[in-house]
Amino acid sequence: MRDPEDAPESAEPITGEVIRCDACPVLCRIRQGQSGACDRYANEDGKLVRLDPLLVLQRGSPAVPFLEAGKPWAGNLISGADTFITGIGATTTYPDYKPAPFIVSSKLGGVDVVTVVTEGIFSYCGLKVKIDTDRFLGPELAAVRVDGEQIGHVTTAEYGSQMLSLGGVRHLTGGSKKEGNVTCDAMLRLANKQAVEVKIDDGASVVVQAGVAPVVNGEREERMRVGCGSATIGIFAKQWHGHADEVIVVDDHITGVLTEHQAGRFLDMPAAGIRVRGRRSTPGRYFKVADPGLGWGGTDITDPLSIIEKIDPRKAWPGMRLLMVSTTGEDAEWFVLDENLVPVKQSMPGPIRTVVDRIVENCEPALCTVLFMGGAGGSLRAGVTENPVRLTRSVKDLITRVTCGGAPVYVWPGGGITLMVDVLRMPDRSFGYVPTPALVLPIEFTMTLDAYAEMGGHVDRVVPIAQALRHSRFKAEAWRGENAWPVQE
Amino acid sequence: MSGAARAMLPGNRLHLQHGPIDLVIEAWGQPQEVALAYEQASQRFEDILPTLVSEFALLRAPLGDPYPLARGPVARRMISACWPHRAVFITPMAAVAGAVADEMLAALLAGRSLAKAYVNDGGDIALHLSDGHPLQAGIANDPQRPQLAADVRIDAASPVRGIATSGWRGRSQSLGIADAVTVLARSAAAADAAATLVANAVDVEHPSIRRLPARDVKHDSDLGERLVTVAVEELPAQAIASALSSGSAAAATMLDAGWIEAAYLSLQGQTRVVARTTHEWRLSA
Repeated sequence: MRDPEDAPESAEPITGEVIRCDACPVLCRIRQGQSGACDRYANEDGKLVRLDPLLVLQRGSPAVPFLEAGKPWAGNLISGADTFITGIGATTTYPDYKPAPFIVSSKLGGVDVVTVVTEGIFSYCGLKVKIDTDRFLGPELAAVRVDGEQIGHVTTAEYGSQMLSLGGVRHLTGGSKKEGNVTCDAMLRLANKQAVEVKIDDGASVVVQAGVAPVVNGEREERMRVGCGSATIGIFAKQWHGHADEVIVVDDHITGVLTEHQAGRFLDMPAAGIRVRGRRSTPGRYFKVADPGLGWGGTDITDPLSIIEKIDPRKAWPGMRLLMVSTTGEDAEWFVLDENLVPVKQSMPGPIRTVVDRIVENCEPALCTVLFMGGAGGSLRAGVTENPVRLTRSVKDLITRVTCGGAPVYVWPGGGITLMVDVLRMPDRSFGYVPTPALVLPIEFTMTLDAYAEMGGHVDRVVPIAQALRHSRFKAEAWRGENAWPVQE
Repeated sequence: MSGAARAMLPGNRLHLQHGPIDLVIEAWGQPQEVALAYEQASQRFEDILPTLVSEFALLRAPLGDPYPLARGPVARRMISACWPHRAVFITPMAAVAGAVADEMLAALLAGRSLAKAYVNDGGDIALHLSDGHPLQAGIANDPQRPQLAADVRIDAASPVRGIATSGWRGRSQSLGIADAVTVLARSAAAADAAATLVANAVDVEHPSIRRLPARDVKHDSDLGERLVTVAVEELPAQAIASALSSGSAAAATMLDAGWIEAAYLSLQGQTRVVARTTHEWRLSA
């Protein structure tokens, strides 16, 4: 008999669409998009692929390619200290009190470390979505919809970002069947780093995808501005002082005028007498200097001088130096007033250019980010220990480390194991679903063997990692460098 | 091509896998006897799939007179288990999982003395029992979200030696809409064939049910162009009751004929039990 991880050497094409799987003597003919009799092999775009193997992550050595043409998996590169079994593909056990599918031990510096690996089914779960844009997406509490079904709502905005709260038990199981299914599907796609278009009541249509710039009403948001025009003045006023007599930061939201602004006054800058269009909010801060658009600072203007309403001859003087710049720094021009007090464009001096470049540098790429949030404090704990509250306490005391697909999590204080994880730090396609509907999340609990015994863990089910891998099909991926290795001494 | 694979699972269970066959075997008895039993079962296993596939053409054809003559022992078990049902559409493949379980149980037991043993072939289970060593089995309605819906205790005095479950969500295709039909019979092959047909009979016409030709779902399907269930949305209670009634009627006929010992049917939260006495089943839902 041979090792269970043997891969088929080849898949013989029969026609363009159907391939013959020779993974076993059944020799299934598999049409594109279908799987064979075993449900382990499938025809994906004419290629034979293996479905849903357990994902193990390896650090140090490069990941072993899985199903590489003609090279059966030998399984011999696995060693405990550098291999971490994730919950992805681990499946779960039922009833809950059965030990989790994998309870594996590895030795690190002479200490036995145990990782309990499982997949949890979550009805109480949601996604917190942060969308880096200052555009109006919709009023707070407005319904966020997919296919007309409400899957969440707009929640409290953060600085430079709009926030959505999606999913949750009420939409998953509290509404109609369709609402539940649509919510589950949208959550699954977002959690698996795929794009979803949402429509917000009395607001915008937004394409959201973790790690990708948002698309608001068909327009892609490339970068976050450093702040509004007023904030930009506040940040850079001192750096401009002595090099410019007036700075106007053009912005769709609030345009800032340095010498009128508190920041300029504080530096004892004389009033330059340049009045911009729009409605003055407080000194040096102007709303609506132009219409929104694709020009300077999110306005529709292409000639910055067009926002100047008038220049007061009693205050302005010939030779006055004026910088006009957008809140992203992408647009900037340098003017000097002539004897008639008319701004004349000139080449920008070095010290001014340095600060403009600094505005550009401070504009981060606009992204959508998705945090999964769910409560792991329920019955899945019984697969870890006979006394579930001890697992909760051990997690709270930082004795047990929780990871999701190897990614670090933030455990919310207070009762239960309510955790948050950045889906971008998890391997691709980490999430699954069950038709309940509910999401399936890989989860791993790692602690020392002593700590595991102390919490009433299923110690008799602990197996060495190499043995666990011998008995299951798996695929190996490289460890993500940004995540801390969960197994610690 | 990969051959048969063998591994030990926690709890001293033997795991054998070859292609689509996935067996979990557990035996109770003297450690030496258990070890020998596992060894002879493993040896027997290597030949199971190659011999089976050599007669696939015969086994994938619908049953009808005359009685097909097969050479392989598993193939013979399949045909024998399906033969009583030939009045409706059935191919011997309906009993393949149960027949493999029966054959492997026989290989496990040959010459050995074991108190109790089972061969679980993906939910189709062949049993060996002795006095004082009953078996407790749990039944889940939905394989995607297993909830223990019922359990059953089988002791040596009972004629039951096989348990099989079928439903549209399971690995095999179904013509019906049952979440799960679990059948107790005298062999795993008999239970497998009957569970397949009872699950096919749990059916009703309703727009919430989506069906596709079997070959559009699995190119090699022995069900050909017959429509198999691929999705069932929420059904009204009346439709559920109607589907379960037609399944129960099929099960009752099999019970009367002595082909099965009991059946448990479940669909969207409603359940039915068909048995001579109901005391064998304990519903925990």
